Amino acid sequence: MSPTSDAASPAATAPFPSIEVVADGCLIASHRLSEWVSSAPTMEEDVALGNIALDLLGQARGLLSHLGDEDQLAYFRDATEFRNPTICELPNGDFGHTVLRALFVDAWLERVWHVWLADADDVVRGVAEKAVKENAYHRRHSSAWVIRLGDGTDESHRRMLAALDQLWPYVAEIAVEGWAADVATVLVESTLPVPSLPKTEVEWGSRGQHTAYLAELLSESQSLTREFPGAKW
Amino acid sequence: MTAERAWAILADVADPEIPVLSVLDLGIVRAVEESADSQRVTVTLTPTYSGCPATEVIEHDVRTALASAYDEVEVKVQLSPAWTTDWLSAAGRDKLLGFGIVPPSGGAQPDGRPSLPILDPGAPAACPQCGSPEVEEIAGFGSTPCKALWRCVRCREPFDYFKAH
Repeated sequence: MSPTSDAASPAATAPFPSIEVVADGCLIASHRLSEWVSSAPTMEEDVALGNIALDLLGQARGLLSHLGDEDQLAYFRDATEFRNPTICELPNGDFGHTVLRALFVDAWLERVWHVWLADADDVVRGVAEKAVKENAYHRRHSSAWVIRLGDGTDESHRRMLAALDQLWPYVAEIAVEGWAADVATVLVESTLPVPSLPKTEVEWGSRGQHTAYLAELLSESQSLTREFPGAKW
Repeated sequence: MTAERAWAILADVADPEIPVLSVLDLGIVRAVEESADSQRVTVTLTPTYSGCPATEVIEHDVRTALASAYDEVEVKVQLSPAWTTDWLSAAGRDKLLGFGIVPPSGGAQPDGRPSLPILDPGAPAACPQCGSPEVEEIAGFGSTPCKALWRCVRCREPFDYFKAH
């Protein structure tokens, strides 16, 4: 590509995700949030993050059981078979990192669910009809925290900047049409900078290319079921 | 009126997390069909929330309750149209209030894209304990997926609010 046409090309937007990508994205994001349960900064946040994790798990289950056997898919695939965007699998940093990542993922899912409200597939549409409302609550929660911490104390602002720095390269996978504008609204109100979208061509997670963190996460989430196949409790 | 027997049985199947509500009060029973010989019944349920742990318990309880009166019970799950708090019965709303949970106020969100970044989850009209209209939100998420935690500014008592959904 010539430098001229490159300069003229619009900021890269991520391709609209497949059902597999969204199902795995919800599942892995849910797991990371669930790690906060019993160690969130306040009891209310413990409950909030647990609730959001549960919604995401339900959404993942709705899609995974549409794709096949949900347990088989959740517990017996290896990391390279997962299709989630890599941003979902990154380890939890501090609470600011968690709510910023949540905002990015919520804004992505919001775009997805809204498109799927008109999907021809009954199950996909049914999951989306429910999820769109749940996601709005998640989005309200993550936005409120990003604003409070970004436009908070010097310390909270500094931490949010650090989180933004760490997370931004990974938004390349989830910045679908409209995502950047939705996120920018919150970042501006948070007094945080709005970086331009990463211009790299990426397909990491949707091609099964993950960070080492995913395998580590799965070694925990899958261990019980793999050790005791068919266990009931 | 068909399947009256099944409807009567369902009126006694309680929500496991908010036991003052029956599955009929919740508005999750979308259809009940009885076979011509009244031996088989098919119930169609719509889940409240994607990840609500009560959903599977409710399906089990509905099946068990109906099995006492029918030879064959089928429970179907229908996702679309999605359940909304608008489907809570009037009696259900009164029962919630009596139980100390403020029923959802305001309509459910419109079907279109919610206004963002902040959407309107509705607000409780008054404190269920002292009736004061001065109330404030403590947390947007509560003890179950359907509730938020609020408190009364006057009597200082915290209470649950059933979110408009």
